Amino acid sequence: MPGPDKETDLTERVEAFLSDLKRGGSGAGPLRGSAETARETTALLRKITAQARWSSAGDLMEIIRKEGRRMTAAQPSETTVGNMIRRVLKIIREEYARSRGSSEEADQQESLHKLLTSGGLSEENFRQHFAPLKANVIEAINELLTELEGTTDNISMQALEHIHSNEVIMTIGRSRTVEAFLRDAARKRKFHVIVAECAPFCQGHEMATNLSKAGIETTVIADAAIFAVMSRVNKVIIGTQTVLANGGLRAVNGTHTLALAAKHHSTPLIVCAPMFKLSPQFPNEEDTFHKFVSPHEVLPFTEGEILSKVNVHCPVFDYVPPELITLFISNIGGHAPSYIYRLMSELYHPEDHEL
Amino acid sequence: MLLQQQRKRSRIVKMADSGVTDGNEKKGDIERAKNEGKELTKEEKQRLRKEKKQQKKSKEKKDDKAIQESGKETKGDSSAVSAPQPSTQSTAQKVPAPVSVPAPEAPTPAEKPPKSKAELKAERRARQEAERASKQSKKGDPGPQGAVSKSKAATNELQPVKRLPEHIQVDNPDVLKKLAKKLERQQIPLRLDYGYKVSLFSHLHQYSRKAPLTQQLSIPSTVIHPAIVRLGLQYSQGIVAGSNARSIALLHAFKQVIRDYTTPPNEELSRDLVNRLKPYISFLNQCRPLSASMGNAIKYVKKEISNIPSQCKEEEAKRKLLFCIEWYIKEKIILAAKAIAESSIEKISDGDVILIYGCSSLVNHILCEALEKNRKFRVIVVDSRPRLEGREALRRLVQRGISCTYVLISAVSYILPEVSKVFLGAHALLANGYVMSRVGTSQIALVAKAFNVPVLVCCETYKFCERVQTDSFVSNELDDPDDLIVTRNGQTHLEHWQQEPPLGLLNLVYDVTPPDFVDLVITELGMIPCTSVPVVLRVKNVDQ
Repeated sequence: MPGPDKETDLTERVEAFLSDLKRGGSGAGPLRGSAETARETTALLRKITAQARWSSAGDLMEIIRKEGRRMTAAQPSETTVGNMIRRVLKIIREEYARSRGSSEEADQQESLHKLLTSGGLSEENFRQHFAPLKANVIEAINELLTELEGTTDNISMQALEHIHSNEVIMTIGRSRTVEAFLRDAARKRKFHVIVAECAPFCQGHEMATNLSKAGIETTVIADAAIFAVMSRVNKVIIGTQTVLANGGLRAVNGTHTLALAAKHHSTPLIVCAPMFKLSPQFPNEEDTFHKFVSPHEVLPFTEGEILSKVNVHCPVFDYVPPELITLFISNIGGHAPSYIYRLMSELYHPEDHEL
Repeated sequence: MLLQQQRKRSRIVKMADSGVTDGNEKKGDIERAKNEGKELTKEEKQRLRKEKKQQKKSKEKKDDKAIQESGKETKGDSSAVSAPQPSTQSTAQKVPAPVSVPAPEAPTPAEKPPKSKAELKAERRARQEAERASKQSKKGDPGPQGAVSKSKAATNELQPVKRLPEHIQVDNPDVLKKLAKKLERQQIPLRLDYGYKVSLFSHLHQYSRKAPLTQQLSIPSTVIHPAIVRLGLQYSQGIVAGSNARSIALLHAFKQVIRDYTTPPNEELSRDLVNRLKPYISFLNQCRPLSASMGNAIKYVKKEISNIPSQCKEEEAKRKLLFCIEWYIKEKIILAAKAIAESSIEKISDGDVILIYGCSSLVNHILCEALEKNRKFRVIVVDSRPRLEGREALRRLVQRGISCTYVLISAVSYILPEVSKVFLGAHALLANGYVMSRVGTSQIALVAKAFNVPVLVCCETYKFCERVQTDSFVSNELDDPDDLIVTRNGQTHLEHWQQEPPLGLLNLVYDVTPPDFVDLVITELGMIPCTSVPVVLRVKNVDQ
């Protein structure tokens, strides 16, 4: 096996991925959806598992954690990268535990009894070497990849359960998940969609043209008209960038206003989010929560005379508290926001919350 | 028989327009009067009117369908003019003075809701009898004022249901036909709707800015005064925008019209000038639907014109009217702004962070005054597509030296934790306490309420309006839908929206804010809660 070649090849791949992340986040490079990012991350992690040199599970986890830290530092707002890394770490722990023969449940639950008697999981250091571990891990990662590929379809299959005919549905910005969701429902039912354009990026325009091409009656409104038309809306269906650990959202700016207007009119707010968007972060980190892009979208340079005397902000994300959300629809079904913490404990190991 | 009916119809129409009969029998009288003096004496006029009434009564008995229709149209016309007009004139026109003085603000000629002809006739007859009786008992009084005040007093208690304005009945083809006929008579071109209208708003007009009404006018226009044509174009292209600016521009244009006006022979200034103004108002309405403030200003001007005593010389009358209009502008707009600024400055403390939305002339004035009184504060200007009016406000404030921040409305929940107060302007205040303002205002009020930030609305009393409304759908204005199209990164997604049948663009202009989002309304009469608007309206009506 040409080891050094493979290694350089691997580092090249990782570097390429990192630079892609950095460029994509600033809005200058090609905008890619979260699903694509998740798939690429997982594929890269599979490659690392296959080609890097490691002897025990602990080594592998160290390598992945190191690469993972670099990847999340490249684009902190792209949380799917971190989520996939944590999923893979959990997979490794599971496979290791299975190889050892002990049951997973007992190892991973931090029960009060265990904390008091055995001193916790810190005893486990994953040093044992198991030959079939590599193959098992790669197989599990492949399963994860298949799951990722099917998420959008799984969510769209649930569309007919939630949309009846002659409804007026409101959405904001552009979400590939919501687009697929609505198109699937439009095959059997007739309804009307109102899209808020979400300035300054105006991604709502693209969403509206795609929906109208599918034959759905669509209307584009300006952000300022969200409250004005909300009284005629039956449901609000949105996508999100991240689902936070407390059941809140980090979504595109303007979503909080939309959620407040929906709450005022008692309109249900439905969030279509696949499981890979679930992140163990909480919204308390003020400095890392918000991301800002160039304010020339808001106040262009043509207004040069006043530009230097004015502060202009262009935040990208909004925090939506869990009290305003009615339902999450994910690839494993529908959940209330209060259930999110439980799903998280199934997906990620508590020790991996900090990479 | 048909020819006779047509002649009668045209005569009635002419009478309605000119307010003076051209009947053959009267010509003799008028010749005599002209020979004797410049204007008809009072007794002459009363006699003329009585004779006209007899004539019309006999015609009415024939129960002609055509007369009914034209009667309805003239009724529609005169109702727009009439609220403060002397009831004498309107009875002369065979149409009863529409009873309520605080009539619907929409000065657009209102259309009566369909009633049976017999009911209408009976109503009219009853009202004519009542007014004739009242008039005869008051023969000695200075005619018009007395009758008007009596009818006002009688009707203030019970105000009948207002007629629906035309501009919210676009989906009714009968209404559209009547409007077309009326405009044809006034020689004003009809503006056509543009583009696919969202089904929820099919009852409203939607015009394109690229097709202004003035393109369909002949140049020079003989029917419409050039100042009005210019004003209409300025409205439709958005050059003059904002309710204060539009009202002031309108009043200045009216001043010009009055200066250039000469009373034709055998006409009375008070009646003829009002009739001259009617087509102008229809034209302006076609260019851009009138605002509530403009409606109130027009009502005031018409009232002043019709209150000109008939023995007044033309020069003096014109001087008086110009003075009245200037007084109105000074008192209701400029001095009111000063009073509001003084009250508002008490509410601004040092270290405040004030959020404003869009460009309201009143709010800008308040902030500049506060700066001059040496208050230390900073301002956050929130703006929204597609009008982007906040940039204008930003320029004005930055030039004065106020430190400003600028965001779009989608970032409002990000910036609100920093804000201590929200100041909003209003387009109109409705009688049920709702605030009608630029679209997006209700959203700002909603988010401010969620963050517990006080919301203060600043509004002059001349913008108070008798209408009631609970949502932003039933009465609104639809702007040019092409404004929403934007080119970003070299791509224009919505460029061909007309070719995709299921795709629609909606560009609303106004929305209504419920009173529970508003904490205080600052007017020149003081600081009132939103729910006190009908009280202020009542007080104002009693004064007038």
